[in-house]
Amino acid sequence: MTKSKVLFILVLFIHVTIKAQECNYTFNGVVEDFHDKTAISDAVVYVKNQNKFTTTDVNGNFSFKNICKGKIIVEISHVACDTKRLEFYLNENTFKEILIEHHIEELETVTIKSNSILKTTQESVLKTSAIENLSDASLGDVLKQISGVSSINTGSSIVKPIINGLHSSRNLIMVNGVRLQDQDWGIEHAPNIDVNAAGSISVIKGANALEYGGDAIGGVVIVNPENIITKDTLSGKTIISQQSNARSFSVNSSLRKSYKSGWFVNGLASYKRYGDANTPDYSLTNTGLNSKSFTLQTGYKSFEKGFELYYSYITNEIGILKASHLGNTADLVNAINSPQPLLIKDFSYDINNPKQDVTHQLTKAIFYKRFRGLGKLNFQYDYQDNHRFEYDIRTGDDKFKPSIDLRLKTHTVKADLKLDSNIERILKIGILAGYQNNFPNSETGVRRLIPDYDKIDFGIYTIGNFTFDNLKLSGGLRYDYNYINSKKYYYKSRWDNLGYNQTFASFIIKEEGNQYLTNPIFHYHNFSASAGASYKLNDKNTILLNYGLAKRPPNPSELFSDGLHHSASRIELGDLSIQPETSHRIGASYMFSNAKFNSTLEVFFNQISNFIFIEPGGIETTLRGSFPVWNYKQTNARLTGVDLTMQYLINSNWALNNNTSYILGDDLLQNRPLIDMPPFKTVNSIAYNNKKWLNFTSTLESEFVGKQTRYPNNNFYAYIPTTDSTVLVDISSTPKAYHLLNISNEISFKYAKTNFSLGFSVNNILNTSYRNYLNRLRYFSDDLGRNFKIQLKIKY
Amino acid sequence: MKSQKILLIAFLSLITLASCSDDDNNPLPVNEEEVITTLEVTLTNGTTTVTLLSTDLDGDGPNDPVVSVSGNFEKGMTYDGVLKLLNETESPAENITEEVEEEALDHQFFYSTTNSIATFAYSDEDTDGNPIGIEFKMTASADAGNGKVTFTLRHEPNKNASGVKDGDITNAAGETDIEVTFDVVVE
Repeated sequence: MTKSKVLFILVLFIHVTIKAQECNYTFNGVVEDFHDKTAISDAVVYVKNQNKFTTTDVNGNFSFKNICKGKIIVEISHVACDTKRLEFYLNENTFKEILIEHHIEELETVTIKSNSILKTTQESVLKTSAIENLSDASLGDVLKQISGVSSINTGSSIVKPIINGLHSSRNLIMVNGVRLQDQDWGIEHAPNIDVNAAGSISVIKGANALEYGGDAIGGVVIVNPENIITKDTLSGKTIISQQSNARSFSVNSSLRKSYKSGWFVNGLASYKRYGDANTPDYSLTNTGLNSKSFTLQTGYKSFEKGFELYYSYITNEIGILKASHLGNTADLVNAINSPQPLLIKDFSYDINNPKQDVTHQLTKAIFYKRFRGLGKLNFQYDYQDNHRFEYDIRTGDDKFKPSIDLRLKTHTVKADLKLDSNIERILKIGILAGYQNNFPNSETGVRRLIPDYDKIDFGIYTIGNFTFDNLKLSGGLRYDYNYINSKKYYYKSRWDNLGYNQTFASFIIKEEGNQYLTNPIFHYHNFSASAGASYKLNDKNTILLNYGLAKRPPNPSELFSDGLHHSASRIELGDLSIQPETSHRIGASYMFSNAKFNSTLEVFFNQISNFIFIEPGGIETTLRGSFPVWNYKQTNARLTGVDLTMQYLINSNWALNNNTSYILGDDLLQNRPLIDMPPFKTVNSIAYNNKKWLNFTSTLESEFVGKQTRYPNNNFYAYIPTTDSTVLVDISSTPKAYHLLNISNEISFKYAKTNFSLGFSVNNILNTSYRNYLNRLRYFSDDLGRNFKIQLKIKY
Repeated sequence: MKSQKILLIAFLSLITLASCSDDDNNPLPVNEEEVITTLEVTLTNGTTTVTLLSTDLDGDGPNDPVVSVSGNFEKGMTYDGVLKLLNETESPAENITEEVEEEALDHQFFYSTTNSIATFAYSDEDTDGNPIGIEFKMTASADAGNGKVTFTLRHEPNKNASGVKDGDITNAAGETDIEVTFDVVVE
């Protein structure tokens, strides 16, 4: 026995003797799981201020004798639980029932990432490291790492995710539990998110995540901040990157402080500055980006209750390729026929018109409480304010005035109750209500693109998850009510031309010169449902099958569009009679994994009735010249596709990866392909890692994108008066296939308790000239050329 | 349960909020500030005046422009031409030609014909000595015939590109603000 131990016992002995006459009480109890009250064995119970230990038996029972009267401090710890601390005054023999928390939720988050827990949805998760490497990129570019997810772009800064062939309003983006409301209907409207605020991002394909919405015909993107750890820590992270293409600079820094008591406060700030990007041969004039954002998060987290306040602010000023701004069809023909943009200037960081300037603010408050043996109740309020300015090339006094000034404000309240006392039979019910107001400022001096409207949403849902030995079943039902009340001016000529004087005459409330003020009001009732099953055949093989029924009401752009769209050089017309679209989607997956090989094969079949799309029909002439008119219409559509992900570990140093996806989209009424379907894509990479060399990792990646051979023919003939000729305007043909090579290298090391990692990568190593079918600027310019990037990550 | 009550109250207050903002709070109409509804070309030779007029009062609405030509041209004759752009959705009509003059460096008119029905020459210039094209001379063809005359206004053209100063639109680039065609007769 060592000296100190002897001393310790001596002290203890003295202590006990002093209070000897009062130390004859017993303290018994039982330790149980908070959720289902099952007994917890082998938990350590420690009476701290009297230095007594014991462990619980198989029934969770423990017992102390000879406990002294007075204040008692007890700590209960267990390998898979939070340590619990209790304080009470003991003046008689006492029995206590102590409930402790298994880390069920934490375990769930961890295991989803390693894909070993059974899921009934086709879900893919990007971990923090995958997001950090693209800290200077957009959400759309980050998500492209997932097989089956691609993007539709307007240049390199406006990137919208496509999930299994569908984008914009058909996908739903959740940011820290809040459904992003940022005018997602337009192809040029990129999601306003700073990816650095994400700890993980998951994509759920299809409408099987009903708790987020019943209209996610494409899928759901879930952006979650890093988990809060209830420990006394202060940590931070800074990522700095610089790229040669666009001469971009990006920095973001975060600080996280949390306390063992459960309180936490986090902050993050990001700054990105891009100049004009360049293709292998020329500069893309006016394609800069200036982005600033910050996020604040604070709250209290314990097992039984907690709250969180979250605020994020992001502002993006994005230049639009100058040569893509067109006056009329003749300009479009000139631009398409020119092998390179008609305006090329030297590199600059300046962002001139045409440009976008969008600010998005998100405020959220959430409160939760757990009820013993029942479950967890969440109550949330969130408010979003999206303010979008778009600047065109204008003249005179209007030169610096925006052409579009839209402000979209959304309030949502929601509550849900998760009944998880039996972890194998989880039931969740939820209810939500939202109010949204859109205000288009009339001071722009340009007729409103999207009208004034008030919108009310109400939703109620229930979902259940049932786990049996190797089988997991899930099901859900949801009902949504949407009410939209808008006020919109139509030219009388347009109103009559669309036939609204027959069908919607009752909407007119006022005449104003050559315009009608109308008050269209719509109600939509939507039912959605999901069902899924996954079955683990054995340790290596798992299969999954699910079905989703989703309904999406038309968005404001599909209903109300009415005017000239400059970058597309076309007149776009919505239709007030458009009905909600309904999707039936069946998904099936097969997963195989052993020590060396991991793969997921996903197939889907999505049948959409009343699919809303836009197509050309006719030509209109104005003093600017002639324009094709594109009308929103409905058809029946079918999308089928396959997504494959494979990873093979050759040995502890070398690994091979493959991501492949292929999709077919068809318009069943017109018996022709759907527009904007992602072409065949396969990404193969070989990675080398050596832990001994400062954890050196090098990945060589080959990206092949095929030519989309299935597309609708929307070409038209136009008379060009200046040349007195009629020409075919080819807006349909797709670019040829391309192949890109990329390499990325990284080392990481620790110095003075700080983790550093240094990355160096090259994209498009061969400086290949290519055009991407899903980039709207493909008519005017090539895509990006070779890009060198260095990145430094510091974690402290 | 308490929180359900809170939820209900919150939901009801949202509805009330929504209905409040509805009452007779009509948005203001927007009269397009830059829309050019009217192009008027006045061609004079001594006491003879021919006016070419194209008017489209619903801007990018569905109605086609109303085009009129007041008379025929005399073969071989030269006319002094002046262009005028108006926004007639405002009252009184706004003269857009003035804005073009103020930003002369960023604007240029081009004239094109079919059947070689006429030739054009610029009579004005911007501060760099390049043409604007609000004022010009038009010479009718030596032989009688029919043809089309198109007036094009380009915003932010490249006036230094090859041929642009001489009125060739091919390399002008920029964005088209006006493109109007008239059927004319030379007799």
